[in-house]
Amino acid sequence: MWPNEFDYARAGSVDEALSLIGDEGKFLAGGHSLLPVMKLRLAAPEQLVDIGGIDSLRGISADGGLTIGATTTHAEIAASADVQAMCAGLASACGQVGDQAVRNFGTIGGNIAHADPASDPPTVLVACGATIHIQGADGSRSVSAQDFFVDLFETDLEDGELITSLSLPNCSDCQCAYVKFPHPASRYAIVGVAVCLKMDGGTCAQADIAVGGATVKAVKCGGAEAALTGSTLDDAAISAAAEAVKADIGDWLAGDIAYPESYRQQMAGVFLRRAIAAATG
Amino acid sequence: MSTRIFGSGIKRREDPRLITGEARYTDDIKLPGVLHMAVVRSPYAHANIVGIDSSAAEAMDGVVAVYTSEDIGDGLAGLPTAWLIPDSDLKTPEHPALAKGKVRYVGDGVAIVLADDRYRAQDAADAVVVEYEELPAVIDPEEAAAEGAPLIHDDVEGNIAFRWAPFDKEASDAVFEAADVVVSERILQQRLLPTAMEPRAAMAQYNPATQELTLWCTSQNPHIHRFIISAVTGLNENKVRVIAPEVGGGFGSKIPCYPDEALVSWASIKLGVPVKWTETRSENYLITIHGRDHVQHVEMAASNDGKLLGVRATVYAGMGGYLSTAAPGIPTILHGLLYVGPYTIDSIYCESIGVMTNGTPTDAYRGAGRPEATFLLERMVDNVARALDMDPVELRRKNLIPAFEDGYDVAAGLTYDSGDYPAAFEKALDMAGYSDFRQAQADAQAQGRYLGIGVTAYTEMCGLGPSQVAGAVGFQGGLWESATVRVTPTGKVQALIGASPHGQGSETTLAQIISEELGFPVEDIEVVHGDTTETPMGWGTYGSRTTPVTGAALAHASRKLKEKARVLAAHLMEANVDDIEYADGNFSVKGSPDQAQSIQDVALMAHLAWNMPEGMDPGFEESQFYDPPNFVYPFGTHIAIVEVDAETGEIELQRYIAVDDCGPQINPEVVAGQIHGGVVQGAAQALCEGVIYSDDGQLLTGTMQDYCMPKADMFPNFELGETVTPSPHHPIGVKGVGETGTIASTPTVYNAVLDALAPLGVEQLDMPLTSAKVWGAIQAARS
Repeated sequence: MWPNEFDYARAGSVDEALSLIGDEGKFLAGGHSLLPVMKLRLAAPEQLVDIGGIDSLRGISADGGLTIGATTTHAEIAASADVQAMCAGLASACGQVGDQAVRNFGTIGGNIAHADPASDPPTVLVACGATIHIQGADGSRSVSAQDFFVDLFETDLEDGELITSLSLPNCSDCQCAYVKFPHPASRYAIVGVAVCLKMDGGTCAQADIAVGGATVKAVKCGGAEAALTGSTLDDAAISAAAEAVKADIGDWLAGDIAYPESYRQQMAGVFLRRAIAAATG
Repeated sequence: MSTRIFGSGIKRREDPRLITGEARYTDDIKLPGVLHMAVVRSPYAHANIVGIDSSAAEAMDGVVAVYTSEDIGDGLAGLPTAWLIPDSDLKTPEHPALAKGKVRYVGDGVAIVLADDRYRAQDAADAVVVEYEELPAVIDPEEAAAEGAPLIHDDVEGNIAFRWAPFDKEASDAVFEAADVVVSERILQQRLLPTAMEPRAAMAQYNPATQELTLWCTSQNPHIHRFIISAVTGLNENKVRVIAPEVGGGFGSKIPCYPDEALVSWASIKLGVPVKWTETRSENYLITIHGRDHVQHVEMAASNDGKLLGVRATVYAGMGGYLSTAAPGIPTILHGLLYVGPYTIDSIYCESIGVMTNGTPTDAYRGAGRPEATFLLERMVDNVARALDMDPVELRRKNLIPAFEDGYDVAAGLTYDSGDYPAAFEKALDMAGYSDFRQAQADAQAQGRYLGIGVTAYTEMCGLGPSQVAGAVGFQGGLWESATVRVTPTGKVQALIGASPHGQGSETTLAQIISEELGFPVEDIEVVHGDTTETPMGWGTYGSRTTPVTGAALAHASRKLKEKARVLAAHLMEANVDDIEYADGNFSVKGSPDQAQSIQDVALMAHLAWNMPEGMDPGFEESQFYDPPNFVYPFGTHIAIVEVDAETGEIELQRYIAVDDCGPQINPEVVAGQIHGGVVQGAAQALCEGVIYSDDGQLLTGTMQDYCMPKADMFPNFELGETVTPSPHHPIGVKGVGETGTIASTPTVYNAVLDALAPLGVEQLDMPLTSAKVWGAIQAARS
């Protein structure tokens, strides 16, 4: 656990951070994704730019929708009454990241920049249609969560760009849940399922579903959504969704030696059922 | 004293310094001018070393030297194997501290870098260029023993390091031929990572002026380390001081003497400055010994009416790339002799084949051979029950050895010291509510829920052990312990012991023994250990031996002191020795209770020596060497209740009942702690722990992200019970309890899961029972 040599600078503003980052630099916020890979010498950035002290990057505001600063910690999001009200699934997912110490330090921006496919928040962000706001030397831009996550540990983020915040639509009229099957070793998700349902009387008017853990990135599951939309969430519809979700993630499966792809794919069906039950329970 | 100190659950005296982070471990010790050692390790499991280019590394800032095995030359002898089991055609291939021409497992050391800073040492180690010619590797011990397997050591033909089978095969075969029922199973005892909380570390300081070497290291047995470091460096043993400061757990992994400890010693001698090495967790998983790694072909014979007749097994035991310090003794002496268990089984046979592989060397891991024996025995008893359609509890009950108080000879040639297996068995069944459970299980199944119960009766051999036996089985050392009870003039006690506790709570329990014997308050007793210069000779802390063996030495030394105190007290009170009464640390004269001398008074007078009886020497200190006349055999019954989620394959451990008998309990809280930890470790083997290598020998479970350490939320509150059957040969009757939890819990949890899976048609699974494996087996059985 002895990282390579690197330079460290602490930025006071986003502009300063962007000016310091250079070609071989990495932004450092909570450090809970970056520092472990540096200690294992899997990453060796020459420059770390600490953005932890930039106030404008931190905090949660609720104004029609949710805006969450990039350096807001998982613990802050999990505990936020606004997040609990407007996107209960995200509060739940952030409350299931790592352990309390990790949640107290790890940030949502760092989490999604790292793009670990088994991490919890990305699955909810994809399900609930979050937008990621990015700033670079050439200005700022926004990208949907679904487009942001490209592949295993791969995002739409260009070198030198910084995630500043993310925004989510107000989903307070949704029934929303994130259910996770934790890997017994790492407690990352073997499979994590986010479900967000808009009900119109007894009928499901809109279903948003995403799966992570079992996949190389969080995947939006259109087949499962279609199976539920317009249904009364009866057994037949839920069974159809549980089948469809396996096909939805079929092109993106991931696994490890102990919990192979085929198993995770099957578990996506099981945990979709459980997520629907949790959302509507 | 109103409450007896012996048997009192006082808090562990070690804990404040451990909990507050104030304890000083090897890595906490800072010496001026120290050089940091990093080791260049093989990325291949099996390869020839074609060339090593260290020029770039040597040119880096802060790098003092880079050394390979060529540089060391004959400066270090190979690391010895110290358990030379007899009648087994044992081969002990050379184990150089740095690889000579060939590497034999991923992590094998190839070169060392010495630098003024740990980071720079690592940078330079990464800059050493080693050219390898990769060779085919073999990891599975049965495959490594097969014809055509890659040869790992030229002088170990067929990779067979030993073949041990000191049993009557013909007699065993006859039992199996005549038996009504024979069940069989191929059991995998997967490799496990001991994972002590503190990784290993070593720092050596050689003083050229006095030619003395001090080695601080993570050791369970500093006196054995001194012996081996002396042997490999060529320094006289009295010029080597080994200090084990605070040691953060070992579970057996800190018994062996490793290359790293030899290398810091050699480098410090070579350079004349202190040299330090501290393992990373990743290194720990690669190079510190692993446990278990058996492929077992097991059979059990029984009669139709449920009498267990015989056990036989062929065991392929993976030794890894080299034979570690005690490795040959683990799957043999500590394993094959345990096949009787608590049952009236008259015929046992074990052929244990030690096989070199391209894995990390294996050695003693908590329980060491005995868990592997208990598992196969308990697994086969359940298989017999299934074959006979008999309740597994009834089958066990029928075959338990009846209660005995002083010696019971079993087929293995062992004499169990004492036991009341039926009492512990029935007590555990009562606690579990066994008969009610079977009804609950049936009711649950009717609702599509799968509950299971596992019941293990066990006994095990610990408190190692009589030295004569150690010699007869090839252990290259004694197994006695020694202790000195030294009382200062002000009546404070230092107990110096040769054993080296590292988390067991022995500083508390051993103090309780002394307090019980002599009446000093436990707060006034310090137990000193872990330094070969400060403490008398001892063979170390492992094999659940410190309480029984060191404890006996301390009890005897204390009793000698008490006798001296009695005579001196009588003299001081001008009374007849026969009229002296002792209670709670006070000596008084019969009939004159107002006249009394406290133990502290007597200690002071013994030091002052102003008024000693004729012929009595001054001072207040006694020593005792204690060689146990037999092993001790704790026993008990463990029960697990699980529920399997058939949808996911997940296992919920709902209840765990453990009734253990370790004789009189010195400190029930410490006993409970040992059982809790042991049960967690053993249950984790059944449920989640297991090393996975790729076919070419890469460790795929190299971090805790992939290697599943047990976590508190996986376990229910344990329900503990006890019976008390003293050891007849021990001065205070105690038996060891450090390994019983690990020994009993693996088969208990495993059998519970297989019981739950029985209605689904699943009869066998390899450990660990991951949800993916269980789910896959359920699907396979359904299709």
